Amino acid sequence: MYRTTAHRPALVAGIAIVSVALLAACGTSNGSSDSGAQEKLEELGEFEGAVSILAWPGYVEDGSNDPEVDWVSPFEEETGCEVTSKTYGTSDEAFSLMKTGDYDVVAASGDASLRLVAAGDVAPVNTDLIPNYEGIYEFLKMQSWNSVDGESYGIPHGYGVNLLMYNTDEVTPAPTSWSVVFDGSSAYAGKVTAYDSPIYIADAAVYLMATQPDLGIENPYALDEEQLAAAVDLLKAQRANVGEYWSDYLKEIQAFESGDSVVGTTWQVIQNSVTTGNTAVVLPEEGSTGWSDTWMIASEAEHPNCAYAWLDYIASPEANAQATAYFGEAPSNQAACEFRDDCEAYHAGDEEYAAQVWYWSTPIAECLDGRTDVECTDYSAWTTAWSEIKG
Amino acid sequence: MRLSRTTRVALGTVTVVILAVVYLPLGVVFVNSFSTSRNLAWPPPGFTLEWWGRAFRSQGALEALATSVQVALASTAIALVLGTLISLALQRHSFFGREAVSLLVILPIALPGIVTGIALNNAFRTILDVRLGIMTIIVAHATFCIVTVFNNVLARLRRTGTNLEDASADLGAGVWTTFRLVTFPQLRSALFAGGLLAFALSFDEIIVTTFTTGSGVTTLPIWILDNLFRPNQAPIVSVIAVVLVAISIVPIYIAQRIGGAEQIQK
Amino acid sequence: MPLTTDASRAPSTERAGAVPERTTPARRLSVFLNTHARARLALLLTVPLTWLVLVYVVALAALLVTALWTVDSFTGEITQTWTLDNIITVLTGALYQTVTVRTIAVAVLVTLIDIVVALPIAFFMAKVASPRLQRILVIAVLMPLWASYLVKAYAWRSVLSEGGVADWATGGNSPGFGLPATVLTLSYLWLPYVILPIYAGLERVPNSLLEASSDLGASTVTTLRLVVLPLLWPAIIAASIFSFCLSLGDYITVNIVGGANQLLGNLVYTNVGAANNLPLAAAIALVPIVIIFVYLGVVRRTGALENL
Repeated sequence: MYRTTAHRPALVAGIAIVSVALLAACGTSNGSSDSGAQEKLEELGEFEGAVSILAWPGYVEDGSNDPEVDWVSPFEEETGCEVTSKTYGTSDEAFSLMKTGDYDVVAASGDASLRLVAAGDVAPVNTDLIPNYEGIYEFLKMQSWNSVDGESYGIPHGYGVNLLMYNTDEVTPAPTSWSVVFDGSSAYAGKVTAYDSPIYIADAAVYLMATQPDLGIENPYALDEEQLAAAVDLLKAQRANVGEYWSDYLKEIQAFESGDSVVGTTWQVIQNSVTTGNTAVVLPEEGSTGWSDTWMIASEAEHPNCAYAWLDYIASPEANAQATAYFGEAPSNQAACEFRDDCEAYHAGDEEYAAQVWYWSTPIAECLDGRTDVECTDYSAWTTAWSEIKG
Repeated sequence: MRLSRTTRVALGTVTVVILAVVYLPLGVVFVNSFSTSRNLAWPPPGFTLEWWGRAFRSQGALEALATSVQVALASTAIALVLGTLISLALQRHSFFGREAVSLLVILPIALPGIVTGIALNNAFRTILDVRLGIMTIIVAHATFCIVTVFNNVLARLRRTGTNLEDASADLGAGVWTTFRLVTFPQLRSALFAGGLLAFALSFDEIIVTTFTTGSGVTTLPIWILDNLFRPNQAPIVSVIAVVLVAISIVPIYIAQRIGGAEQIQK
Repeated sequence: MPLTTDASRAPSTERAGAVPERTTPARRLSVFLNTHARARLALLLTVPLTWLVLVYVVALAALLVTALWTVDSFTGEITQTWTLDNIITVLTGALYQTVTVRTIAVAVLVTLIDIVVALPIAFFMAKVASPRLQRILVIAVLMPLWASYLVKAYAWRSVLSEGGVADWATGGNSPGFGLPATVLTLSYLWLPYVILPIYAGLERVPNSLLEASSDLGASTVTTLRLVVLPLLWPAIIAASIFSFCLSLGDYITVNIVGGANQLLGNLVYTNVGAANNLPLAAAIALVPIVIIFVYLGVVRRTGALENL
């Protein structure tokens, strides 16, 4: 054993600690993205040979899930842009994944799109470069969730609603109201499921709009303190009967197939994927929240030309029909209904219907329903509330 | 202490029961890899070899496996070097801050994986401004693999002492020669055992990896996580698990033989 | 210390005719290192310490510094305004206190279960089994480590689910998903990590001591209590470090079999990912870090850290 004593140990330790602290404090500054106006592409150049897409599951299918379901391969053959895709479960996940800068294209719902614009993670889209943009329904273009200050930030993809799914053997009589997952959820204690995201608070608000009208909720995304508290109470009561929350759609498919969940919020694609044949979906009488998605381009996209090529492709009638049919939503391209026979059921092109859906939007302090006498709760308040609801 | 026969039998039974419980879920996985049901219902409705065929042809799985092996080998190599250096320093010298260094080596594995993961993710992206990718994974894995090598080598150094090294130096061998011809052979089996554990640790690591990987790099655990719930891929995941367990017999057996041989020599 | 540092004396064991150069730089360096322990130490420590400090300590410090900052909720950018708000929220918020207690309880329970299960099997392996059986048993204990952590957790999900093996075996009374399932699965996952140090510790207890104790008239139980246990104690503590620390931060198992429950790891994970609030996540991460530091500090005295 060799003895070695360092002189002035305290000084050495002190210098070490200070330098580490300085280095650490200088770091953790943010990346080079600035929140100012981003540049939009003026003209298309050469295709780069690759494109990286971040989307909801079921939006970018290349046959690996189901060999029959593939609209990516024709795109790859046509443009030579090889597609790598990643799916996410909630808009929050999408928002934080876009910060890594790894993706060129993102399919964002209304509750993520404006946040992405504000954070400078997406660039305005030059719709002149996208021939298929013309064929999209007018009432979907330049809406509050896909455009800012007259600049378009993306291509509308489709719109749909969140539905109530139930196990036809266990849940009788067939439910027609959200009450089966709220006030009546104790009948299915331990087998109720709900969407694992703060945005689900809006679903509780939609239910309260019908059952507690004196709360005065006009818009489920514009909740003041009192209204939010009421929604939180409702959700805490529901929590006692929830078996699992879901954000991975495959997990919900599996839970319904095995019988671990028997009733809860769902997407049409989940109902379409369940193989046991004992589930059904319904749009409850109180109405529902929904989503209208936009294909957006990252502000620092590595493959901008392939990105524009994808946006054009997915807005074309056939691809748009395939993608929206698979997921179970109304298409955005007017000619898509030639390739689908279920357009009626999804209210394709029905402007009135589309206006009734409470599309996912980001709650902000400035009340979305126009009220100026109170301050509404913003998304970070919803996020804190959601953690508390789950306990 | 002489144990009565009943005690021995009782202990043996308990051991068997525990091992049975340990292998039960693995048995379920094994059976599921042959099940016709995609969502792994129990009891399995039918048997098929389809998944085994698909697993060996699955591009994604094979690529992920290759990446995992690469990462594990690189991390183990780095950990071997760093672990040996640190244990030589700590065992053969006594200095101010010795305990702190010892603690520092243990920290990456003692602190929760998610803490290490987000710390490294934050550091890579904001302070060092590097693109996340296979190199960042290797750096992360090497950091927490150091401790397994460190422990094994430290224990071995403690057991062997410095006599042989002193004698070697007396006889005029230089520092490097002493290490090469005297110390290293004594450490070999400890290095192998430590390296094997480090390899296993890195191969199966998921939490830190999810935070330090770039979008194009997929290690086997990440591939499994992505495909765990996919109806077409979940049974393939079962196949892979079975294969891994089966293959693992080889290195474990070798490690045991080497360790056992040394004990006999004593 | 070597008896000679004078390189001018030719070593007699060198091969005939191969007399080394006395003054090559390599030789001089070797001599220098042989005589200056501090230089040797410095050489040994530079690379690994630089690595550990640069890669790990700085990263950890940076993360903890972030806990003192805030994030702009709409854009998600971290603003470097110094504030103790996050830490205060974590320390006083009812949610965080509940989850912390829940997580510690799970970790302690898992550790206890693992130690209770590991002791008999380790004892059998170390003291009762023949050398050949010993080797087989060690392999049998180590093999499950190679089955992916995720696959094992998922296997438990399918075992515990509706209509799974547990339902089938207990006639419909499977515990289902939730905290019991989490404790069960975590105990299962960390068991090999707990068995190994205890087994190693038991191996180090010389059989002669046990025989002497028996010769002196002690019963088996007394021997175990007064001879084996004190010697084994550091190894048991070392084993507990694994299961305790690993359980404290785990979030994946909870996601798979924990139903709607949250543990500390989940809170950190949602705040890093979904909520995009790194400062709050860092503040929450402080809780397990402090707990583990305290735990390591307490067990240091028992000498467990030598037995990992």
